[in-house]
Amino acid sequence: MVDVLACIKRVPDTGAKIVLTEDAQDIDASNLGFTMSPHEECAIEEAVQQVETHGGSTTVLTVGPDEAAEQLRTGLAMTADEAVLLETDGAEWGPRATAHAIAADVEAQGRPYDLLLFGNESADGANYQVGVRVARALGLPCVTGIKDLTIEDGVAVAKREVTGGVEVYEVDLPAVVTVKEGINSPRYASMRARMQARKQEVPSREPDPGERPGAFELVRLETPAEGDSAAVVLGEGPAAAPEVVRVLRDEVEVL
Amino acid sequence: MTLALVEHDDGTPTELSLELLSLARQLAAAADEPVVAAVFGEGAEATAATLGDHGVDAVRPVTHANLDGYAPRAWAESLVQLADELSPEAVLAPGSDRGQEVMAHVGASLDRPVAANCLTVAPGAAYELTRQRWGGSLVEHARLESDPKLLTAAAHELAIEPVDGGGEATVEPFEPTLEADHLAVRVARFEESDEEGVPLGEARVVVSGGRGVGGPEGYEPLEALADLLGGTVGASRAAVNEGWRPHADQVGLTGAKISPDIYIACGISGAIQHMVGCKGAKSILAINTDPDAAIMGKADWAVVGDLHEVVPAVVEAIRNGD
Repeated sequence: MVDVLACIKRVPDTGAKIVLTEDAQDIDASNLGFTMSPHEECAIEEAVQQVETHGGSTTVLTVGPDEAAEQLRTGLAMTADEAVLLETDGAEWGPRATAHAIAADVEAQGRPYDLLLFGNESADGANYQVGVRVARALGLPCVTGIKDLTIEDGVAVAKREVTGGVEVYEVDLPAVVTVKEGINSPRYASMRARMQARKQEVPSREPDPGERPGAFELVRLETPAEGDSAAVVLGEGPAAAPEVVRVLRDEVEVL
Repeated sequence: MTLALVEHDDGTPTELSLELLSLARQLAAAADEPVVAAVFGEGAEATAATLGDHGVDAVRPVTHANLDGYAPRAWAESLVQLADELSPEAVLAPGSDRGQEVMAHVGASLDRPVAANCLTVAPGAAYELTRQRWGGSLVEHARLESDPKLLTAAAHELAIEPVDGGGEATVEPFEPTLEADHLAVRVARFEESDEEGVPLGEARVVVSGGRGVGGPEGYEPLEALADLLGGTVGASRAAVNEGWRPHADQVGLTGAKISPDIYIACGISGAIQHMVGCKGAKSILAINTDPDAAIMGKADWAVVGDLHEVVPAVVEAIRNGD
């Protein structure tokens, strides 16, 4: 039996171009839908697959606004058993406050999860910290960037892709594992599962951001100057081949 | 002083570590302080020869009887103890998987914030910095106030700049005090990849295929072209999701972020999530039927045409020595 907690983050579903709010403090999401990072979708899938193999239960958790219940319901539709919303007023929480809130809630609930899954990094902030900080706050071992996970006799065997091969880690449960897309193929929730998830209760609790030394403050966001310039067209169709060869040989010097 | 984690392969510092040193040196110079490099593993001493030319004053090879191979918490603990001895203004790590992981642990150990993926840093009592968000499609201006300041550098964004007359860095081993707890997570073993050819992250040439390739067999001419150029094949998320290529080939926000000499994008439209994976490329050649595709605005060169005709023609032309 494994009791698994999968932690996710609601992020705007950005399209081809990111537009900022007038005060440059946030992405203008008024015309955007919301989603979760692909890594986190894989975290939920990994949780429900491990539970299918070993028995147990999956809880999906997020720190976010009221609307983040939408992403939790996606998790429920993917057959997670429970969902928890640590509800904020919508302002973005940094990785330290987020990690503190998650660790404090896990402790307060007295729920001894065997496995806590996170995405390796969030799609938007990409701070690479929440999983590690939660692990440290709870005194648990942590492996990150995992693309293959097997649980055998209370030990997590986790693999991380590096240049030329994979590193294999073996850690005793309970443990924190942050996963990367590619670890599995997240299931597509059926319409029926989605309908059922919509009726399921999503309890919300107040998160505790904690207090700590030092400060990291957002000043403003900026869309980097687009290096957009028209490419030099070498030709059309197969007739362009000699020109391509010339570029590869003389300009890039890879021939 | 700035304390920098430097990764290396048998004594040769990694590219990302040298990029980081550009930032470390700039911060140290502003305070007229030295740069100290913490280096782990076999060959750590040998990095001193190169690191001097990149502005490092002192190399501190970290040695411990029980530290053999990568162990994230133990590396972080060593950095924390070294920082305790040296009282640096900033502790920096490269924008690699290990760099990010170790710095997250350092942040947790010291209970301090970490500014990840930094592009520029203006020194001062508080650092005014810019960092990447959304894989680099957004830049965040932020203020970091902390003692010490913890940063990682964005990958493939900072120029590697050797210094004139750097000379050799001094070498002084550092032995941390490590407990069993610090070594609980470590690489138990390494499984070598049975994939042949150049790894995606190291290839000088990447021939990448997107939805336009149409199926797994469509990659054959791309493989042929990559072989002729001594490169390797990549893929867009769309192609990986279709099951045409393994996830290890994926270039983009949730895949590999690469920096080849040339990225040949075949049938790839050029969405932000893809481009953040290949914007480190020194040049881009796009082959696409759509002259208005977003990729055309990001590429240096373009061929307007069907990749199924263009790529074999290029392969043919190279084979014929045209």
